[in-house]
Amino acid sequence: MAAAEFETPKIREYPIIPRLQEGVMAHSKPFVAKPDFQEKLGYPGELVDNWKEVAIEKMGELTGKYRSLQVFLDSCVKCGACTDKCHYYLGTTDPKNMPVARQDLFRKVYRRYYTLSGKLFPKLVGAEDLTEEVLDDWYSYFHQCSQCRRCSVYCPYGIDTAEISMAAREVMDAVGKGQKYCNEIIGKVHVIGNNLGLPEPALADTLEGLEEDVEEETGVQVRFPLDEKGAEVLLVTPSADFFAEPHIDGLIGYAKVFHQAGISWTLSSYASEAANFGMFIGSYENMQKLALRIRQAALDLGVKRIVFGECGHAWRVAYSFLNTLAGPFDFLDPDYPVPQHICEVTHSLIQQGKLTLDPSQNDDMVLTYHDSCNVARASRMGDRPGGQFEIPREVIRSVCNHYVDMPSYSIGEGTYCCGGGGGLLTDDLIELRVKGALPRMEALKNVVDDYGVTHMAAMCAICKSQFSKVFPYYDFQMDQVVSVHQLVGNAIVLQPEEENRSEADQSEEAQDQAEAA
Amino acid sequence: MSVITIVFAVLFYVATAILLVFTAHKIWQYAKTPAPLKIPTTPAPTTRSGVVFRMIKELTIFESLFKANKWTWLFGWMFHFGLLLVLLRHLRYFTDPVWGWVVFLQPFGKYAAFMMLAGLAGLWARRIFVDRVRYISAPSDHLMLLLLIAIGVTGALMTFVEHTDIVALKAFFLGLFVFNWSALPADPILIVHLSLVILLMIIFPFSKLLHAPGVFFSPTRNQVDNPRERRHVANWAARLESTKTG
Repeated sequence: MAAAEFETPKIREYPIIPRLQEGVMAHSKPFVAKPDFQEKLGYPGELVDNWKEVAIEKMGELTGKYRSLQVFLDSCVKCGACTDKCHYYLGTTDPKNMPVARQDLFRKVYRRYYTLSGKLFPKLVGAEDLTEEVLDDWYSYFHQCSQCRRCSVYCPYGIDTAEISMAAREVMDAVGKGQKYCNEIIGKVHVIGNNLGLPEPALADTLEGLEEDVEEETGVQVRFPLDEKGAEVLLVTPSADFFAEPHIDGLIGYAKVFHQAGISWTLSSYASEAANFGMFIGSYENMQKLALRIRQAALDLGVKRIVFGECGHAWRVAYSFLNTLAGPFDFLDPDYPVPQHICEVTHSLIQQGKLTLDPSQNDDMVLTYHDSCNVARASRMGDRPGGQFEIPREVIRSVCNHYVDMPSYSIGEGTYCCGGGGGLLTDDLIELRVKGALPRMEALKNVVDDYGVTHMAAMCAICKSQFSKVFPYYDFQMDQVVSVHQLVGNAIVLQPEEENRSEADQSEEAQDQAEAA
Repeated sequence: MSVITIVFAVLFYVATAILLVFTAHKIWQYAKTPAPLKIPTTPAPTTRSGVVFRMIKELTIFESLFKANKWTWLFGWMFHFGLLLVLLRHLRYFTDPVWGWVVFLQPFGKYAAFMMLAGLAGLWARRIFVDRVRYISAPSDHLMLLLLIAIGVTGALMTFVEHTDIVALKAFFLGLFVFNWSALPADPILIVHLSLVILLMIIFPFSKLLHAPGVFFSPTRNQVDNPRERRHVANWAARLESTKTG
């Protein structure tokens, strides 16, 4: 497939709901997974002969397994509340990117085969046979949904298109038409432990290099431990944190936080990936298999806590599903939630005054913050609803002097997806990614023009990669996106004598214990 | 006894049976289908009572729709609240003696018909004139509005223009309850009104009107946000557990 030529949408002063242009994104399709990768995940290698029967049967199986799917397929009244809420619709103007229209691609087949009205009067109720054209549409448009859940906020019945997209992708996998990007990655994690297929020696090497870099820069030996048994914290972070910019600066930030707080921590080479692409393809089994690697690593390393690094969909799986998929975690320290987000850790350390911070280190930047979709609408931080908005902002404000929010409709629960989530962060979908970023770019432009914002902080590996890639299309620089913990890392004041102090603390502690005994 | 009386008596029994049996079947289906993962749209309440409050807000003031689109919210709310008052007012034809609060609602219920019709007209206008909503509308979406408008208009006609024999009508309905039928007034407007209501009752469990029971079962709205505190394993997922290590 040759790279399609396309025009980058124009940034407008005020967001306007575009008029429909039918079929303009019908050509957008990701590469199909090769047989080898399909079979590794237990799916047919290529489209099976009786794919219609298999697909229809799979639909029935899924509506029996997921209440969400069954209720959502029945309940939509086509009120139109969601029609202008999807960033892909706003950026592409293709009507099939309106959430309800995307759902209807699936719903019309469900109606045809599973409802009385659809069996008797298909034309009347908008029911349709499953045909090759329909399957084609599915492949195209269910890979134009980043499962960001923005539509679900505005639906009067809470219908979440993400659930339908996941189901449709699961059906497509079941008939042998899976997506290359997701399925190849899931296969790698099953075998090697991370999305990049980075084996243990390479990982160890990378971390060693980081230790040297940080020591060179700060004069302090900040450790990046790997597979250290008996550490207090197992840090599970997206593998992009090991090599990509600005992700890696976030990783350095985590290390500095742990270092200064005196918390022993380790990464695991077995569970060296926070992201769980099993969710993107709607596969409970794959999602669980990936989640169980984290449980296994925690058991093997004998840690007391599990902490997740900056990642959006990963935090959804971690926060909302990990306990269910791979729990109970009764072998961990009950004083901490399982798992914890790195921002929760940093936030509470800041509140306890355990970090020495110099916000002026970030004075070269005027910052804003992009709420990651799945952190915002599919998870939480802290004890209170909405903590996922407050905690990262409080962390950023503690380490920066210049911060402003983007317009209110584009943050918090109404945040726009970066345009690359949900298994779409692949170059074969670049047109979609650029166009889907439009609403966020407009909101950003707004604060750049009005408040002189220079950088946008993000807290998700996908967001960071996506923005680095699409910023240049909108005349921003790729390094204008930064990690939240990059800012924290910049601001932490490390002092060489700190090591002595913590040693002193330890010996004091040992003395106390000896006395107590 | 007239043919019309017999036909309508039988139709009302059949329609009521279809409405109750098939709607109950759907409710049972929703209830028994597992929700294997916690998927509330967050920020979500962290307690059961918080969820009850969230649901009450959804059901009474259509909170999510309000966030989405003020026009759709306004028309939708006018229609639903109008319909509620109209339906409650109609209780007077099925109860003897009429309950005090139904008597009190009588004037409100009468004029609520206009609110309901205005809401429906607004919703239909959006469906016709807003390109996005027009695109997603199937013929049944238009016909459903037409049906409701026709029911509303015939009802309002009888209330405000061409009264029917309300005493005889009430006797007909009370007779249905005790299987002792009495004559149904054969006014054309009444016959149209009742025919359309019967049609609506039959369509209900096979159409998008299932959003009425469905909204109570929507996991994104009715789940408590507590996945770190509590596991949430569905039966079919528990069977996968046996393969788990550790």
